[in-house]
Amino acid sequence: MNFDLSDDQKMIRDAVRDFAQREIKPVAQELDEKAQFSVELTKKIGEMGLFGMYLPEQYGGQGMDTLSYIMAVEEIARVDSSQAATLAAHNSLGIGPLYYYGTEEQKMKYLPQLCTGNALWAFGLTEPDAGSDSRGTKTKAFVENNEWVINGSKIFITNGASDLAIGATVQAVTGEDEKGRKEYTTVIVEKGTKGYSTVPMHGKMMWRASDTAELYFDDCRVPESNLLGKIGEGSKIMLSTLDNGRLSIGAMGLGLAQGAFDLAMQYSHERKQFGKFIYTFQNTSFNMADAATKIELARNLLYKACWLKDNKRPFAKEAAMSKLYCSEIAKEVADVAVQIHGGYGLMKDYDIERFYRDQRLLQIGEGTSEIQRLVISRYLSDEFLGK
Amino acid sequence: MKILVCISHVLDTTAKISFTDGGKSYDKNNIQFIISPYEELALTRALELKEAGEGTITVINVGEAETEPTLRKALAMGADDAIRVNANPTDAMFVAKQIAEVVKQENYDIIFTGKESIDYNGGQVGEMVAEMLDIPSITSVSHIDLNGNTADLQREMDGGYEKVSCDFPFVASGQKGIAPEARIPAMRGIMMARKKPLKVIEAVEANLATEVKNHTLPEPKGACVMIEPDNAKELIRLLHEEAKAL
Ligand SMILES: Cc1cc2nc3c(=O)[nH]c(=O)nc-3n(C[C@H](O)[C@H](O)[C@H](O)COP(=O)(O)OP(=O)(O)OC[C@H]3O[C@@H](n4cnc5c(N)ncnc54)[C@H](O)[C@@H]3O)c2cc1C
Repeated sequence: MNFDLSDDQKMIRDAVRDFAQREIKPVAQELDEKAQFSVELTKKIGEMGLFGMYLPEQYGGQGMDTLSYIMAVEEIARVDSSQAATLAAHNSLGIGPLYYYGTEEQKMKYLPQLCTGNALWAFGLTEPDAGSDSRGTKTKAFVENNEWVINGSKIFITNGASDLAIGATVQAVTGEDEKGRKEYTTVIVEKGTKGYSTVPMHGKMMWRASDTAELYFDDCRVPESNLLGKIGEGSKIMLSTLDNGRLSIGAMGLGLAQGAFDLAMQYSHERKQFGKFIYTFQNTSFNMADAATKIELARNLLYKACWLKDNKRPFAKEAAMSKLYCSEIAKEVADVAVQIHGGYGLMKDYDIERFYRDQRLLQIGEGTSEIQRLVISRYLSDEFLGK
Repeated sequence: MKILVCISHVLDTTAKISFTDGGKSYDKNNIQFIISPYEELALTRALELKEAGEGTITVINVGEAETEPTLRKALAMGADDAIRVNANPTDAMFVAKQIAEVVKQENYDIIFTGKESIDYNGGQVGEMVAEMLDIPSITSVSHIDLNGNTADLQREMDGGYEKVSCDFPFVASGQKGIAPEARIPAMRGIMMARKKPLKVIEAVEANLATEVKNHTLPEPKGACVMIEPDNAKELIRLLHEEAKAL
């Protein structure tokens, strides 16, 4: 076994860490307060080369491994979740399905610009009546005169509506099989298409500086060639996209936990009560010991899942475990970190207040913790029953 | 325009140092190494100059194989190629001789160093190189612009600045201000750095001019004593009896 990162991986991690400190940290609190998606910052993230990190160079990517990408998300989330959300969603949900399932023509058309940070792509799966149960999808599409005609709506779609958003991969019901089961298909829809509108969602508790949108399709027509993958392949595309997405949400949990830990470590070595640094009270230091242990476990699990993927082994179970564990410990560590900050931890001037809100999405988005347990438990029984 | 930037591989400023070998060297385990900050700024400015015009930037380090990640970082920031002189950089004279030897063969227009490396704070290599090559040396440079066949430089002085101009070639030691902040390598740069040439050459013979006897760490700072603002008497007593400053 070898736990050493390569020299390149270390350089990537350190460069992203420096970038997050220099460019994101100084503006994170203000963007959160104003609930403002920053075009400027997103472009800077693009200039750093963090979009499409894992794509081959011919599509505008950097040809890096999964672990490097995941460490980049972790380092950004260590400083700010909103920016990490823009990054993770665009890479895993936006770029991912186009890269894995697009035709060569589709890839060449979209991926190079999506790697620059000047354009973002969304993944539209969730609907008002289809959250955890994506089979509840009501958005419908059919072909007429060589065009897909789409009707329906999507909700909670990251990177759907900002000035940089240029389109979405949309899951729709396109028919039924002989047993009467719904057939799901994914279709590419560009912003600006007639009948397609996007509405930003306001009033979020967390990820306030990231763009979350409702998408509406009203007799929206796109060329038949906008089919992504094959007809009826929608569920497969969605599930494999989510497997990858789970790694990046895991990275967001891990990074947030590490960031909250850093803040608590700093604060507990500065704040004195009863004449002593509060770190020296056993309950504080023991809580920090527990937090550090959880973070270590989370990192080992997540990096192992990345290693499995990079070595072309099955990784879906470990990805679900990473998503579950990293997002659960993000909650626990953020909670302890607020407690250590006392009353100050509840004030907006302190970063930990934002971390505490931001962690709450992680147990819900891209499959709730309950759904992760469902996924993991299915793998377990399949393994047990030898399926 | 051919620019050489001399890079020292130093411990991170926040590293905790423990000496070994009777204080002659220090424990390198679990220590993060970085490009010495003044050189990182000088390299950043060199990159800007190159991008504004044309030319090549070579980075050089005198060091053993362990310093290669540091050179790779310089390549990731944008340098075109790197040279590692394969030797333990024992003292400034030794390092300067190695660099001077390379410069003799390659004819660089500008040789940048940092004002000092932030490990041993010697601040001598650049000046020695200039002396060995009989070319001008401009120290503590906080700004540099190119102007045809000359360069306009600004030197930091006690309480003010000095502006000088100088024909190529010359040695300039960079300090704070030469670039606003060190460039962070982007992902593309990191991937390209892998493919850029990093040449390893053997050291030329050079006698040691100095020998390190040992190093010591400063005494740990004593605990801070707080005195009430209106208790001047106690302050004077402490300064007199404890600090022996009065
Ligand atoms: C900020 C944000 C960004 C998002 N970005 C995107 C995006 O880019 N693209 C996209 O498609 N979606 C996105 N989503 C949607 C997200 O994936 C869904 O919110 C999530 O899947 C949960 O669906 P739901 O909100 O409808 O909750 P529900 O599915 O209604 O769940 C409610 C509760 O019921 C529980 N529950 C449901 N089914 C089961 C079960 N079988 N067993 C046990 N418990 C169950 C859940 O665990 C949960 O606790 C985003 C959401 C948010 C908040």
